[in-house]
Amino acid sequence: MTAASRPVASEGRDAPATSARTILDAADIRRALTRIAHEILERTKGGHDVVVLGIPTRGVNLAQRLAARLTEVEDRPIPVGSLDVTMYRDDLRLRPARALGRTEVPREGIDGRVVVLVDDVLFSGRTVRAALDALGDLGRPRAVQLAVLIDRGHRDLPIRADYVGKNIPTSLREVVKVLVTEVDGRDAVLLGQAGADPRHTHRISSDESEEGA
Amino acid sequence: MKRDLLSAGELSRDEAVLILDTAEELAGLTERPIKKLPTLRGRTVVNLFFEDSTRTRISFEAAAKRLSADVLNFSAKGSSVSKGESLKDTALTLEAMGADGVVIRHSASGAPHRLATWVRGSVINAGDGAHEHPTQALLDAFTMRRHLGRLEGLRVTIVGDVLHSRVARSNVLLLSTLAAETTLVAPPTLLPVAVETWPCAVSYDLDSVLPKTDVVMMLRVQAERMNASYFPTVREYSRRYRLDAARMAQLPDDAIVMHPGPMNRGVEIAAEVADSARSTIVEQVANGVTVRMAVLYLLLGGAKA
Amino acid sequence: MRIRDGVVAEVGEGLTGSGARTFEGDGLVALPGLVDLHTHLREPGREDAETVETGTQAAALGGYTAVHAMANTDPVADTAGVVEQVWRLGREAGHCDVRPVGAATVALAGAQLAELGAMADSAARVRVFSDDGKCVADPVIMRRALEYVKAFDGVIAQHAQEPRLTDDAQMNEGEVSARLGLRGWPAVAEEAIIARDCLLAAHVDSRLHICHVSTAGSVEIIRWAKSKGWQVTAEVTPHHLLLIDEAAQTYDPVYKVNPPLRTSADVEALRQGLSDGTIDAVATDHAPHPLEDKEAEWQAAAFGMIGLEGALSVVQEAMVETGLLDWAGVADRMSVRPARVGRLGGGPDGHGGPIEVGAAANITLVDPAARVTVDPSTFASKGRNSPFAGRTLPGRVIATFLRGSPTVMDGKIV
Repeated sequence: MTAASRPVASEGRDAPATSARTILDAADIRRALTRIAHEILERTKGGHDVVVLGIPTRGVNLAQRLAARLTEVEDRPIPVGSLDVTMYRDDLRLRPARALGRTEVPREGIDGRVVVLVDDVLFSGRTVRAALDALGDLGRPRAVQLAVLIDRGHRDLPIRADYVGKNIPTSLREVVKVLVTEVDGRDAVLLGQAGADPRHTHRISSDESEEGA
Repeated sequence: MKRDLLSAGELSRDEAVLILDTAEELAGLTERPIKKLPTLRGRTVVNLFFEDSTRTRISFEAAAKRLSADVLNFSAKGSSVSKGESLKDTALTLEAMGADGVVIRHSASGAPHRLATWVRGSVINAGDGAHEHPTQALLDAFTMRRHLGRLEGLRVTIVGDVLHSRVARSNVLLLSTLAAETTLVAPPTLLPVAVETWPCAVSYDLDSVLPKTDVVMMLRVQAERMNASYFPTVREYSRRYRLDAARMAQLPDDAIVMHPGPMNRGVEIAAEVADSARSTIVEQVANGVTVRMAVLYLLLGGAKA
Repeated sequence: MRIRDGVVAEVGEGLTGSGARTFEGDGLVALPGLVDLHTHLREPGREDAETVETGTQAAALGGYTAVHAMANTDPVADTAGVVEQVWRLGREAGHCDVRPVGAATVALAGAQLAELGAMADSAARVRVFSDDGKCVADPVIMRRALEYVKAFDGVIAQHAQEPRLTDDAQMNEGEVSARLGLRGWPAVAEEAIIARDCLLAAHVDSRLHICHVSTAGSVEIIRWAKSKGWQVTAEVTPHHLLLIDEAAQTYDPVYKVNPPLRTSADVEALRQGLSDGTIDAVATDHAPHPLEDKEAEWQAAAFGMIGLEGALSVVQEAMVETGLLDWAGVADRMSVRPARVGRLGGGPDGHGGPIEVGAAANITLVDPAARVTVDPSTFASKGRNSPFAGRTLPGRVIATFLRGSPTVMDGKIV
């Protein structure tokens, strides 16, 4: 499977609402994040030196929720920020230039720390690849881990998530859309068909959480 | 985003805001250990300067290099290049070298427009004659927004040789698009005909405008204008239009003082004003790199429009 | 209409004749052969831009039977030798009559009168004198020139452009020039010279012709001068009847011309002036340039537009289809009056009509119903710098007859 033959993965932004079905509701998402928080604490032995960085847009909201849970459980602030990977993408030239997201590294920095990257959907792995490059330009973490709400498979690169909210086997014709209250007004994960819209078959991207141009 | 940036006037409000917002995200780069992004790796940007302007060229060069573009500097000043025949030949040369972007500075108004008809790459106007200097206006707007938090309704006063100023033209157009209120202040000889049709106010009296000004931008006044009788003497010009400490005191408390550079200290701006806390002149230089990065990214970073 | 031995022999219906070549003219308009008061043939000196041969072919295709070749050649046509050379080249080409214009001052420098009398007495019989391209700015020189040409019924054709007010000027001074950052060319720079020269012509009681009038103010001044009974005539170019300064906003120098394109208010005033006769003539100011002189940034590009081929179409579009002139009016402004200004009229040798028995058979046949898309690559002129390229204009010259001989048939050079 080459990237060029993939349907667009602008997950659900253009997904026809009529055919989309809810695969996770707000409570499911809440439980998944809580579980991931506990896994993080377990694997990092109490979350020491952890910095949570969300990948815009919805990865940032998920990262903030995750950090809030970590803080709650450990009763000390866990630093959280955002990491925009737009300038590091390998598909920049396939579409018009798009607006940048925000990069905000917590005051503590990332040198020598365990960075937990957070994204909504893991698909081709290309966004994570870009994020690793971006991190490398910001400093030198001791370790980098990856947390995603949904892993829908179909990787283009040797990348796997350390923490997964839910594995959802999908076909390439399907689109996965994560909704978060902060952006979309409600929490949900939708699965729909890409449909016959030519944009979906001709636009090329292997991006997990792309917001669209 | 458009293919070329030839005029500040051709930017829509959304496009202008996108550039400023993009610059805002890029501004943090200067504090990072690695001040470089891989975005334009493998792309070629040519700096085509038919007129000396080290500061503008370096600014574009830094911006392109921070985005990992290959930068070629083509300085045509001093060579026999003055006729457009050569501009066209130069354009064909750039095509042959595969320039993805051409940054052009030229003494002839409209030279970038002509170039854009001859090359496939994006053309960025880095100042053409007395016409426009769109990235200067963008960096000025960026500086204003950073300092004062907004552009809408901001009262901007531009003082000096408006007639010959591409900076003034681009600023008036962009600030109008961004809903700021611009006032031009100059002696009548240094205002263009039909200036009353521009989207701005006009005054001959600096002192009456300063108390109602959030941003005062001083334009360079060249001594040769005096020889052409645009004003009687530099001394008289300075008496009426120089921003000195007394005039600066008439400004509201949070007002800022700008200058696109290079300055004629003592002519249009007093040294103590240029070096004062209100002055954003040095900051404008830094913002220039950031804004030009945003422009290069938006024009060259994506698929060809 | 029967033409015999170069003159109109009969006009009427049902003419027949054995041994006569006949030409179907149904639906066509017959005009007296057009006369251009203002043509740059570029020869001698700039044969890369145009030659007498190519320029007069273009003239014939445009319906012209006589053109006035401007003096700004290299060498300048400021001696009897040069004007005779140009005149002879025109005769040899044979596509239309070439009447050289003599320079008013030596080398067009505006300082010393050229040998106007020698040029008038030469084989070229020069009657129109002009420094066109440059203004005779010095009022004393202008006065002397106007006075001097009275001796041989000459006329000074002034290129009205105050030089100090137009130093490095690039386009009409106004809203558009201010926006584009191009140095402005104020209307007053033209009008001030016209006003001065009208007063001078009145003072010395001589003939003044104003080249390429371009502003509403100029029309007003000329109207006033004519109301005084002064001997002032004026011309307007086709492009000033149709185009405005907004065209410059692409910075394409095909729109760069001297005098510059003005505003729509000026265009309206020029059309009115031509309609009411304040402006006597349409003159092309045909100014061919090699490609490299126009493929440039605006400031570096040459001034000028070609105009011989298609001038009639522009006049039809601007004046006939707007109801401002009928075809008799077109004949008057493009043949009768320009011939009178150049003293070409009358007799079996003359230009400017009328089409009547005994007059020279200089005739242009036009199909007013045709619609032609302007394509300079098909022009006979070497110039390609037409501002009308790609535009569809009405009317087409079908045939041109010079003293009875066809120079153009079916829109093609004979």
